[in-house]
Amino acid sequence: MLTDINLVLPEIFLLVMISIILIIDLFLKDESRGATYVLSIVTLITTAFLVINNSPETTQLAFHKSFVVDPMSVILKSVSLLVVAAVFIYSRDYLVDRNFYKGEFFTLSLFGVLGMMLMISSANFLTLYLGLELMSLTMYAMVAMQRDSDIAAEAAMKYFVLGAIASGMLLYGMSIIFGVANSLNLAEINQAISVSENRLALSFGLVFIILGIAFKLGAVPFHMWMPDVYDGSPTAITTYIATAPKIAAFVMLYRVMVEGMSGMMVDWQSILIILSVASMFIGNIIAIAQSNIKRLFAYSTISHVGFILMGVITGTDNGYSASMFYTISYVLMSLAGFGIILLMSRAGFEANNIEDYSGMNQKSPWFAFIMLITLFSMAGVPPMLGFWAKVSVLQEAVNAGLVWFAVAGVAASIIGAYYYLRVVKVLYFDKPKDDTPIQASMDMRLLLSANGISMLALGIFPTSLLALCVDAI
Amino acid sequence: MELIIFYVFSSILVLSAIMMITVKNPVMAAFYLVLSFFATAPIWLLLEAEFLAVTLVLVYVGAVMVLFLFVVMMLDINIATLRKGFVKMLPIGVAAALTMLMSMIMVFNSGYFSIEKYAVPERHSADYNNTAELGQILYTEYLLHFEVAAVILLVAIIAAITLTHRRRANTKHQDIDKQVRVKSSERLKIVEVKAEKRK
Repeated sequence: MLTDINLVLPEIFLLVMISIILIIDLFLKDESRGATYVLSIVTLITTAFLVINNSPETTQLAFHKSFVVDPMSVILKSVSLLVVAAVFIYSRDYLVDRNFYKGEFFTLSLFGVLGMMLMISSANFLTLYLGLELMSLTMYAMVAMQRDSDIAAEAAMKYFVLGAIASGMLLYGMSIIFGVANSLNLAEINQAISVSENRLALSFGLVFIILGIAFKLGAVPFHMWMPDVYDGSPTAITTYIATAPKIAAFVMLYRVMVEGMSGMMVDWQSILIILSVASMFIGNIIAIAQSNIKRLFAYSTISHVGFILMGVITGTDNGYSASMFYTISYVLMSLAGFGIILLMSRAGFEANNIEDYSGMNQKSPWFAFIMLITLFSMAGVPPMLGFWAKVSVLQEAVNAGLVWFAVAGVAASIIGAYYYLRVVKVLYFDKPKDDTPIQASMDMRLLLSANGISMLALGIFPTSLLALCVDAI
Repeated sequence: MELIIFYVFSSILVLSAIMMITVKNPVMAAFYLVLSFFATAPIWLLLEAEFLAVTLVLVYVGAVMVLFLFVVMMLDINIATLRKGFVKMLPIGVAAALTMLMSMIMVFNSGYFSIEKYAVPERHSADYNNTAELGQILYTEYLLHFEVAAVILLVAIIAAITLTHRRRANTKHQDIDKQVRVKSSERLKIVEVKAEKRK
């Protein structure tokens, strides 16, 4: 029992701190809301420290084999925690300007992080589902928080209803699998699958589980909510939704498909290939037609999800680590991309349209350069991080004998390069619409610069991060 | 005897469930839902899940549905707008439902879920305590999940308050300090009005 508690110590610390923040925030006046902000960031960083410091050398199970701590969970948990801390720093000014700088934003986000940590550490369908619900519930509420906005209300309703249906489907699939395997534990399910003759019921359950996971990842054809939610919610909340939860969704895919159902690899590979090809093409093609940068990033996320799926589809350990590498790179790129949107927005002005970025190079050459790195990285231009992410995933697909699949991936990313470069053209060659200077606090400027440079630096020296992902699987 | 009870209550359950989705009046639909909960409870009792059967009646019928009915009665639901697009969407809905039904029939008729494959569970003796067993497993094997479920409820409270609580500038509320410190001169204002002449 004591070792069990030791393994969940970071989660317990996070929960206790959230409760303390929740109570302290009640007594704070609006002027001193900064205390909540500082406490939240300190909590996230301390939890990340605890996660790293508390990591066992081998894979350890706790709470009747329902909670797992392995190298992968340590890396992904600490990345999620730090990314959310960065989201807080990026969005502070945006929230203050919009009278949105409330304690609830911080407590709900932190609860969402707790859900993600549980998902990342789940070794059991029940832990996975509860973590997922904890995370999703906070996101539904956060999208709806801007109550006076019609598009936010519409986005929240769509997200909530579709999300509830997806959760129901996921749960139904889990119940069918439980009926066959007679266990909720992923490792035991995998054993039961290898001896079970009831393939029909297993594939029936698998279809529903994939549906639920594909919805959370945002893979085509379950992607409809993404553009609306990304566009409808305040940019600070979009930044949160677009980054850390994708890590949790990747882990959900990995844990269920690889750790729980590798006995059905042939079945899930054939389903996921369709989702992956459709995501890469539909995401990239529809993105071309967007004039709103948040919707553009939403469609670009859909295409990145196709690549994340590609690594898992290969069914090899190297493929899984390539997917993990891609997920981490995607989160870094997405964080920087939305960071720029938050930077360009100011009180009473949302920099949501691509033309709002025209001539950004004349206003701030440095941040235009950061945006350039981000867009090049998303497009997969060498030597950025996104290039290596794409290369490693494509390479594993070729190694697994799926050459046509890799060719499709390359074709899709060439289509994608068009709309990324179009934004670059707007940044550098169009005339600015106004001459309002960019205003941002020093911490945000520094962090955003570091975020952008990290994509270039990790692109030039990708081996350390790649090795980390290879060791994690 | 058990079979009779099962068939009686399951037919009530199926009928009330069908009525619930077909009646036009939302209040009636809520009542049919209550009836289907009532019909489910005895079936659970037959499965020796006494605690769940009792909770279903107490929590769902007693609390959740009462609140639900209250909300349904308070809201002005326009059935015509709710049914708009029903015919247009019907073919898609029917196609999805039929596909689902067909695959479910295939799965459950495949023979792997037949009675021969699963032994009939043994009946527990009369002193078997379902509630104690549940409590035992909830606080040992499922301790983590139990705690997380509590956290989810906390999040639900925070989310609900965030979304509904709104401090309006012109809300009328009592300020006891001000009430105590009030002086008669602030309460009573003597206005001299000139007497008008009678016409």
